[in-house]
Amino acid sequence: MAINWFKYSAPTTFYGLAGKLIPWFALSAAILFAIGLYIGFVVAPVDAQQGEFYRIIFIHVPSSIISMFLYLIMAGYAALGLIFNTRLSAMMATAIAPTGALFAFISLWTGALWGKPMWGAWWVWDARLTSELILLFLYLGYIALHASIDDPRRADRASALLAIVGSVNVPIIYFSVQWWNTLHQGSTIKFTGTSMHIAMQQAMFTMLAACWLYAIAVVLARVRSIILEREKHTLWISELPEVKG
Amino acid sequence: MSGLDIWMREHTLAYIWLGSYAVALLIFAIEIAMVIHKRKITLQQVRLMRDAEDEAGDEK
Amino acid sequence: MRKMKQETRNNMKPRQKRFVFIAVAVAALALVVGLVLNALDKNVSLYFTPTQVFNNEAPHGRSFRIGGLVEEGSVKRQMDGLTVNFVITDQHKSIPVVFKGILPDLFKEGKGVVAQGKVEADGVMHAEEVLAKHDENYMPPEAADALKKGEAANASAVTATPPGAPAAPAAK
Repeated sequence: MAINWFKYSAPTTFYGLAGKLIPWFALSAAILFAIGLYIGFVVAPVDAQQGEFYRIIFIHVPSSIISMFLYLIMAGYAALGLIFNTRLSAMMATAIAPTGALFAFISLWTGALWGKPMWGAWWVWDARLTSELILLFLYLGYIALHASIDDPRRADRASALLAIVGSVNVPIIYFSVQWWNTLHQGSTIKFTGTSMHIAMQQAMFTMLAACWLYAIAVVLARVRSIILEREKHTLWISELPEVKG
Repeated sequence: MSGLDIWMREHTLAYIWLGSYAVALLIFAIEIAMVIHKRKITLQQVRLMRDAEDEAGDEK
Repeated sequence: MRKMKQETRNNMKPRQKRFVFIAVAVAALALVVGLVLNALDKNVSLYFTPTQVFNNEAPHGRSFRIGGLVEEGSVKRQMDGLTVNFVITDQHKSIPVVFKGILPDLFKEGKGVVAQGKVEADGVMHAEEVLAKHDENYMPPEAADALKKGEAANASAVTATPPGAPAAPAAK
């Protein structure tokens, strides 16, 4: 299939495409959230060790995974923008940052609420928790740096460097539980598979899919506003029906 | 053991729901509201700018 | 695609330069971070194992954390109902711990634990805080029972799982 992908890398076409896709992503996210929560709280059995408390995993692990992946995607777009000087890549990176930060926050928050009853502490300065906290600060730093520079192109370049440099933190988060002694347990989902009970797995992967679809929907919605803002002097924007309206 | 420690063990599901899931869903709701708000504001700005340009230019 | 290739060829130099610059910067940074982390290894770790304590790798005279398993049969409660004695082991070395306070729910013999405190001259750690460290396996109680029975049977044969309980994937 000869799809011209570069057509969609132009803000002009991407704006319309994103607008058409957002409702579908949002709708499927909502449906999968409902299914995931149903499996997680009704179908999945209690855990032998942790009883009901383990059910925090269904939101904790998906948000942690997404906070890490979104960072890599953000850094990837930032690098693309830096290398190819494409307009859309930089806008995508800017649009991803707030969502990534929120998922990092949810990961830390739910982790604290899980840690208190099970470990006996809301927080410990172990390598896994600390590196995830650094991830949140990297997101916030990226947002703050981008916002502090008035010229958008310069802001893109400066914050892109921060995003790229910060991406070394992501493998550190992932491998921290293997490299150092941590209070945080090892990964349940490994590259080689998982030892998790099937209904628990289904709940977690459904919630993961739901969170992904949600993240895509809000990022696309945000990038549409950024496109509007940055390209407002162009002809194609002034001819949009919602602008003419 | 504090009151909260005892409460979370006696009402585990309420603790999980209020503490983790409700907070996460609230964050999602706030984010959605912010994204919608930003879209509104941006559209308004773009329309204002376009009107200003229309008046400035002598097209039509 | 062809369009891109042409474009790339035309603007090869600045683009390639930027790409190489970023690649080199990231590689250099990764190397630096790796070296720093390697140097910090012991400080980054949350706790010391009993073996490390015996090898004098743990700090003296100040509070630190020891992590390992609670030795089977070592937990003894004193008369006051609050003070607990137990032994942390890593299967090679063991360190006795005394702790006065409330233990976390998951504190159990044979399970993971991290205790913070000072090791006194008598070789006993006087803990100020005891945290439970749980593993990454999640399964319903029936499956856990089946798994335990299977272990008890000591790999003599594959044990049957109770009806209704899905076969527990043995912890790999």
